[in-house]
Amino acid sequence: MTEPSEARHSDGRNEEWAREAADVSTPAAVIAEPAGRETIFDVDNVSVYYSDKRAVRDVRIKLARNEITALIGPSGCGKSTFIRCLNRMNDLIPTARVTGAIGYHGQDLYASDVDPVQVRKRIGMVFQKPNPFPKSIYDNIAFGPRVMGVKGDMDEIVETALRRGALWDEVKDRLKTNAFGMSGGQQQRLCIARSLATSPDVLLMDEPCSALDPISTGRIEDLMMELKEDYSIVIVTHNMQQAARVSDMTAFFTVELDGDTGHRTGAVVEYDQTDKIFQNPSDKRTEDYVTGKVG
Amino acid sequence: MAVTAGHREATRRAVDPASGAQRLKEAAFKATMLLSTLVGLLFLLVLIVDVARDGVPLLSADFLSSFPSRIRPEDSGVRSALQGTLLLIVVTAAFIVPVGIATAIYLEEYADPERWWNRLIELNIQNLAAVPSIVYGILGLAWIVRGPLSLGRVLLAGALTLGLLVLPVVIVVAREAIRAVPSSIRDGSLALGATQWQTIWKQVLPGALPGIATGVILALSRAIGETAPLILVGAVAFYRFDSDGLLSSFSALPIQILEAVTDSDPAFRDLAAAAIIVLLVILLLMNSVAIYLRNRYEQKW
Repeated sequence: MTEPSEARHSDGRNEEWAREAADVSTPAAVIAEPAGRETIFDVDNVSVYYSDKRAVRDVRIKLARNEITALIGPSGCGKSTFIRCLNRMNDLIPTARVTGAIGYHGQDLYASDVDPVQVRKRIGMVFQKPNPFPKSIYDNIAFGPRVMGVKGDMDEIVETALRRGALWDEVKDRLKTNAFGMSGGQQQRLCIARSLATSPDVLLMDEPCSALDPISTGRIEDLMMELKEDYSIVIVTHNMQQAARVSDMTAFFTVELDGDTGHRTGAVVEYDQTDKIFQNPSDKRTEDYVTGKVG
Repeated sequence: MAVTAGHREATRRAVDPASGAQRLKEAAFKATMLLSTLVGLLFLLVLIVDVARDGVPLLSADFLSSFPSRIRPEDSGVRSALQGTLLLIVVTAAFIVPVGIATAIYLEEYADPERWWNRLIELNIQNLAAVPSIVYGILGLAWIVRGPLSLGRVLLAGALTLGLLVLPVVIVVAREAIRAVPSSIRDGSLALGATQWQTIWKQVLPGALPGIATGVILALSRAIGETAPLILVGAVAFYRFDSDGLLSSFSALPIQILEAVTDSDPAFRDLAAAAIIVLLVILLLMNSVAIYLRNRYEQKW
């Protein structure tokens, strides 16, 4: 197949799409659209390459506003690679390249005039391992608003964020102490609160509970259920119970192995209501995965 | 069922296989290591005792505040050399800190290591760290004292030459300190909508600062012990004036020590010993600050 030549967006990119669409060898994934709800992300035929190797191919899904969308699938299926496209974190990897389009409220995130820094101000992200800054709890929360140049009562911004992150009561008496002294679960809630302090629209969570114990995990899941009133959440998880518990929609990714080169590419097999994915999936591969036969 | 004596014997041999000969070998090995360590320490001790015996009687406030004399060793001091060395520290630091850190940031945060020119820069920095100091002296003479910059035999020329000499060390240490800041910190900052520059300035550099400061101080303490480059750029051994800024002639402790030990009059050799003590005290102070900074502020990730 012809490699798309230009980095993200050349003028000939529609032709590239056409070429890529024609190249899809397996039947299109079973896709249900979130009917009747406002779409926040319209992912159109997105593929991600590292150097010339395709890591994820032809993702076409629409994510709904104020819902929790779970991305599940075996290791190496490109869930994390894909979620990092939604706020252009992949831009930081020099060899990474994204083709296709990701509409966000109708604006293509990968259009040439879009500043990735502005994208990340609207679309926050929480990572697998809690990554507090080596500063006080207060300064961790205040960092985002400060770099955005927010004027206003910083104390109030910090308190609001910590309350929304369900952390205020635990830390209100030690805001000036170093965040490294908190437990892992508290650190992760601090990272969530930190993301909320910049008033984003979307929260991306890349396996946010994989380093946490069950109690901390439960608290974060409760928090997610509260937060979806105000935010749209996309979560990558290896924990299928977690996906079933918290999410409204679920996308199942799988790994396709190229028999000749041994190269692995991730792709979406099925995207539907979470209940349907877990109780009555349309695709055999989804069924095998959610029932624990493979993966 | 009873455990037989034969079983016990077998077990004992299995868990304790070291025979007498093996234990002796172990002990001999350990003793050799210890002796090797002591060789270095012993020489250092002899050196310090020897220098102290000759030099300590001469140490006094007068010694620090008197100008050197070629004629009357009993009145001679290190005033101008001490001034020169302290000024060299400050001016060299003012040169290497911004340049070294900026280079380290470029190489760690911006440079794409796939590009040939970035690999070339890296290779060169590693090689520069191994270039003998006399070569830097020649460079300083040809390009800073004379040639393009033509500053003359002044303190600024000496500081720039010493700066070039230790710059590779600063860059290497600063890069290591920057690399030690985990990428998750950068990700966290960027995901909050910080620009790359904000991320470097507010997260990466503060995290790397203790390591960078330690490296800068160690580099400076190497710089002020250097003699050869300063001879070439024209430091004066017996300078009988107070320092008059960056563009005046200057002296430095190593230069004065060299001149004094090569003098035929033994009285001057004792002066050298006293000056060596002054230099050693400065070096020890700087290294102590470096160790303190490292222990006190180093970030555990």
